Amino acid sequence: MKHRKIGDVILDVQNISLAFGGVKALSDISFDVREHEVRAIIGPNGAGKSSMLNCINGVYQPQQGSIAFRGKTFRHMNSRQVAEMGVARTFQNLALFKGMSVLDNIMTGRNLKMKSGLLAQALRWGPAEREELQQRESVERIIDFLEIQAHRKTPVGQLPYGLQKRVDLGRALAMEPQVLLLDEPMAGMNVEEKQDMSRFILDVNDEFGTTIVLIEHDMGVVMDISDRVVVLDYGKKIGDGPPDDVRNNEDVIRAYLGTEH
Amino acid sequence: MDTTANTFPRLLLAHAAQRPDAPAVREKDLGIWQTWHWREVAQEVREIACGLASLGFAPGDNLGIVGANRPHLYFAVVAAQSLRGVPVPLYQDAVAGEMVFMFDDAAVEFAFAEDQEQVDKLLECRELQANKGGATVIRHIIYDDPRGLRHYDQPGLMSYEALRALGRAYDAEHPEFFAQRVAEGEPGDVSVILYTSGTTGRPKGVCQTHASFIAAGRGGVETDRLGPGDDIMSYLPMAWVGDHLFSVAQWLVGGFTLNCPESAATVMNDMREIGPTYYFGPPRTFEGLLTAVSIRMEDAARPKRWLYARCMALAQRVGADILSGAPVGLKDRLLYRLGDLLIYGPLRNVLGMSRIRVAYTAGAAIGPDLFRFYRSIGVNLKQFYGQTETCAYVCLQRDGQVKLQTVGGAAPGIELRIADDGEVLVRGVSVLKEYYKRPDATAEVLDAEGYFHTGDAGVIDSEGHLRIIDRARDVGRLNGPGGSCAGAMFAPNYIENKLKFFPHIKEAVCFGHGRDRVCAFINLDFEAVGNWAERRGLAYGGYVDLAGKPEVLALMAECIAKVNADLAAEDGMADTQVDRFLVLHKELDPDDDELTRTRKVRRGFIAEKYAVLVDALYGGRAEQFIETQVKFEDGRTGAVSATLKILEAKRFPAVKAAA
Repeated sequence: MKHRKIGDVILDVQNISLAFGGVKALSDISFDVREHEVRAIIGPNGAGKSSMLNCINGVYQPQQGSIAFRGKTFRHMNSRQVAEMGVARTFQNLALFKGMSVLDNIMTGRNLKMKSGLLAQALRWGPAEREELQQRESVERIIDFLEIQAHRKTPVGQLPYGLQKRVDLGRALAMEPQVLLLDEPMAGMNVEEKQDMSRFILDVNDEFGTTIVLIEHDMGVVMDISDRVVVLDYGKKIGDGPPDDVRNNEDVIRAYLGTEH
Repeated sequence: MDTTANTFPRLLLAHAAQRPDAPAVREKDLGIWQTWHWREVAQEVREIACGLASLGFAPGDNLGIVGANRPHLYFAVVAAQSLRGVPVPLYQDAVAGEMVFMFDDAAVEFAFAEDQEQVDKLLECRELQANKGGATVIRHIIYDDPRGLRHYDQPGLMSYEALRALGRAYDAEHPEFFAQRVAEGEPGDVSVILYTSGTTGRPKGVCQTHASFIAAGRGGVETDRLGPGDDIMSYLPMAWVGDHLFSVAQWLVGGFTLNCPESAATVMNDMREIGPTYYFGPPRTFEGLLTAVSIRMEDAARPKRWLYARCMALAQRVGADILSGAPVGLKDRLLYRLGDLLIYGPLRNVLGMSRIRVAYTAGAAIGPDLFRFYRSIGVNLKQFYGQTETCAYVCLQRDGQVKLQTVGGAAPGIELRIADDGEVLVRGVSVLKEYYKRPDATAEVLDAEGYFHTGDAGVIDSEGHLRIIDRARDVGRLNGPGGSCAGAMFAPNYIENKLKFFPHIKEAVCFGHGRDRVCAFINLDFEAVGNWAERRGLAYGGYVDLAGKPEVLALMAECIAKVNADLAAEDGMADTQVDRFLVLHKELDPDDDELTRTRKVRRGFIAEKYAVLVDALYGGRAEQFIETQVKFEDGRTGAVSATLKILEAKRFPAVKAAA
């Protein structure tokens, strides 16, 4: 049951090519993402999915092509600029502070929203304390949203993997992003955890209207929750469209079944 | 509280007048405890009641309530009562297919739901009702937590806040309305319908009046001197009679503070933060806590373990006596003080029980070690006894009169009688008015003299304390001398429970009705006994092999000897000591129909299935070969066979009736 309205193009990827030395990771990839939609990038291992995400994220600088965000084109961006524009991401291999509590980890996601300086924050001086209280409230809303109240004070390293992934999502949500990039949010999870995660992704999309771009190699999950799917194979785009079209695409079937190229 | 208020809404208004700014309810929301004071609770209840009235909720209507322990849902209970309607709390984990029976039965048109999950369920119920073409459907659904419900456009769906707004408008137009409705209420009105879980047949709605629940609440509050300043955690299902007694009746009579946890998973944490003074938990909760402590203790450093062991040994010896006010020597008292400083105090703190004055358990038999453990570290754990039909209020243990075996004496306003067949009969303030729309069922349990037939068998001891032995229909009699059916009363569950308190015994099945002595099947706990065997370097090749080891049989014989020693010391139980027993070669399993799905033994079925073993037990044979069909989890069947040894148990002479 989806009720949200899909809007205009928010992210436009044009003719991106990326090479590491002689290895072509991406060649001439173009696709767009519309506001409020769930857009998936799928493909077998090594297809270039994470590289694509890293380009959008500003971690890699593609040799060719451009990325437009809300109609503004960028050639060179660093990851901080991207974050300031309202793009948040989660990582395939988790980028959490294992020794810190769930609460503090999610609080780090609020970093960009904090106005007081490092010194003021450290000394909890003047408006810094009030600010922290406000930030804490938005973090608590996320904890409530992701149903991890019972683990609020638990060091992240002690949590099971599925929950760590949820905390990683929470940290990204703390930025109140307009676009959320999820790098294999369901990797390494059991069926139940996958279902939970799917529900949270759809809830985020529904509740906050966040546009979601996710990478996944588990086809089943992706087809259930995405509006449109891009399929990559060996750095090339081999399919793009609604899940049903992609599922019947000959090239996609061949790439996934591993027959001749 | 000094008041003549005789309905729950009037009690609420009295609190709001007498202590408007005292905390009435707390809930942890977004990590912070939010408080409603009595004035605010009264105001909110008034708004909801007016809102419901403006939607057409009339006196005599039933209000369905589905959700976890949320303040707003408790307010809904009192709001319905204010309108002379009847709240019907339902178990929130029931599926729509089960729930729809209650909605139909109680003709519920208005319902409160906690969140999206419950709203979905109620909408499903409504669909089921529409498909059946029944007389009533759920017309209005009011939800507490709006998350995920923004896009729902089904008719009759409304948020809690929207209902309050409606109520405020209605209240402004009809300022006299609320006070008038509360004034019209009668103590004899039904104040709640609680559905019994219905282990046999369809669920039945138990109708209780304001008068009976207030009497039950008052009895408990006065016995334990509860009042403003006390704190209770509300975390058990609202549909359960115990929660209604503690979190509604006693709350409104006593005027203490309800504390609603953030979620079911955070109860332990929240408890540590609140430090309740009054607590209820079923035995399994207390057991879980103790296990968690024991495991952590085993991982502690050696000096800590030594100190813990020393302190606990002292506590075992004198702790319970100190708590009960029994005489204890000066030296032990001083040592206990020291132990309290070093171990018991910190331990209570970790358990969230630092401030506990009164803790209750009920619902199932509690193991003696468990009960003693909590009392010995200074937690005033007590037992009570009752059922939905008696507002969970029949017997309770008074301070200083706590005995493990009994559930205490009759509560204030309650009369107890034991029928000739051993069944416990109850008459008094808390007995149900009727089963909703079921005069036939009501007539079955309420006799002409006004006694409620509990279905439990029990005995009353010399001090007037009730000891529950078994379900009445399970109780049999041993053959007396000369073969007449007039021997001692035989309570199989009672003996089986005693056996099951040993960690090495998973299940036990006792036979004795119409026989001249008691014999038992024992099912060992594979994990516990396996562990025990490993520590002794005892090699075994699976369940059947382990169950047949002479060392294991000796271990079981020891357990049974202890139970027999216990039985010998109890009034009228000495004759039912276990005489002969065997250890079964397979685990009793619901898949093989030997246990019910709730893991109760099906004694009759087992006796038939293993008739050769029963004959061997009573026939005096020393061993018996048996082959049994088993069903595996994947549906295949196979056979297990073994030759089982039959052992004589050590018996004890009856001890003269102990005081």
